[in-house]
Amino acid sequence: MSEEFKVEIVNPEKSFLVKDDVSEVVVPAFEGEMGILKDHISIISFLKPGIIKILSKSGDENYYVEDGIVEFKNNNLSILTSTIFNLADMDKSKQQDLLKQAEEEANKTDINDQSKYLADQKVEVLKTLN
Amino acid sequence: MASLDDLKKRIASVKSTQKITKAMKMVAAAKLRRAQESAEKGRPYSEKMNNVILNLSNGISDKENAPKLLSGTGQEKTHLCVVMTSDRGLCGGFNSNIIKKAKSYFLKILDEGKELKIITVGSKGNDQLKRVYGDKIVENISFKESKNANYFDADKVGKMVIEKFEAGEFDVCTIFYNQFKNVITQIPQAQQIIPLNNEGEESSSEESYEFEPDEDEILSNLLPKNISTQIFKAMLENSASEQGSRMSAMDNATRNAGEMVDKLTIEYNRSRQAAITKELIEIISGAESL
Repeated sequence: MSEEFKVEIVNPEKSFLVKDDVSEVVVPAFEGEMGILKDHISIISFLKPGIIKILSKSGDENYYVEDGIVEFKNNNLSILTSTIFNLADMDKSKQQDLLKQAEEEANKTDINDQSKYLADQKVEVLKTLN
Repeated sequence: MASLDDLKKRIASVKSTQKITKAMKMVAAAKLRRAQESAEKGRPYSEKMNNVILNLSNGISDKENAPKLLSGTGQEKTHLCVVMTSDRGLCGGFNSNIIKKAKSYFLKILDEGKELKIITVGSKGNDQLKRVYGDKIVENISFKESKNANYFDADKVGKMVIEKFEAGEFDVCTIFYNQFKNVITQIPQAQQIIPLNNEGEESSSEESYEFEPDEDEILSNLLPKNISTQIFKAMLENSASEQGSRMSAMDNATRNAGEMVDKLTIEYNRSRQAAITKELIEIISGAESL
């Protein structure tokens, strides 16, 4: 039996990525990183800013996401997100731009705790990339 | 009868109008294809989102304490209507159809003695509504700068709606837009987004999910996103509808201009012939009298 399952990443504009030979996906779930293997129990969770790692035979891929929802059911993993970038396509200047935005957001004083936490997370993740 | 010179000028002017409408039709056709494509590409997201929310709301244990965005505020006193129209004219009945639909809804609301608030998206809707409902319009947004419908813009509208909801400014929110069926038919739609109305829809699976963190927290995180997604879907449908409507309107205009040119040309030829005949009669009768 193969140990592979299907992953689909969708953003509002289009279906971003479909792969059906994935062996493991690590998603930055809200309560900590979560690795998903084949035959995982059906789960719904949402994401915080971080890196999605997709491990497959054809090579590993890393994506940076800012938010989203994951749904896993019947060995189908769906990730809905509004902001996603492939790390391989992301150059330094893009990273800097995002980091600057995130820092500005994190330094705002009039936001609530949750947005503050998310903004801090963004800054942290982006800093580790550089 | 108009003089020959006048006719000539009119023919020229109708012809140049025809050229413009023809060009607009071509542009609309090209844009339509793109708009349709992005509407189709955007569908998986909103469908999946809907599905997840459906699964979640079925799984929720305590219906009494469900997030307000799902269950409503418990009353229906103030209605917020988001009327989505285009920023440009010359697109046939596109805008009027939405406005008509919206106005009949407004009348119903006001008849029932409820309060009405309006947000217009797109300047054309604002132009048409502000005469009658000017005092009800609380916000007017237009995305003239952005070329295509994008999620960022939709999110802005969505966040605004949610802000107002949380501030207790309204109880029920409905969006108005045109659903794209085909180039000739666009169906004006009124869709209620707050509270979310998904009764009657059955969940696709009976399977139970594990939730992390719990249902309530995911739901309260997801529902605001769903608002933006629904608005984005409406924007995509709208932009496809707009181009479709414009295309058929401009096609008609081009055809009508062609008919008009034909008619005017016949009239022009007739008057020319009449003038020649008249001159001939004058010459002949002049020669005869000598």
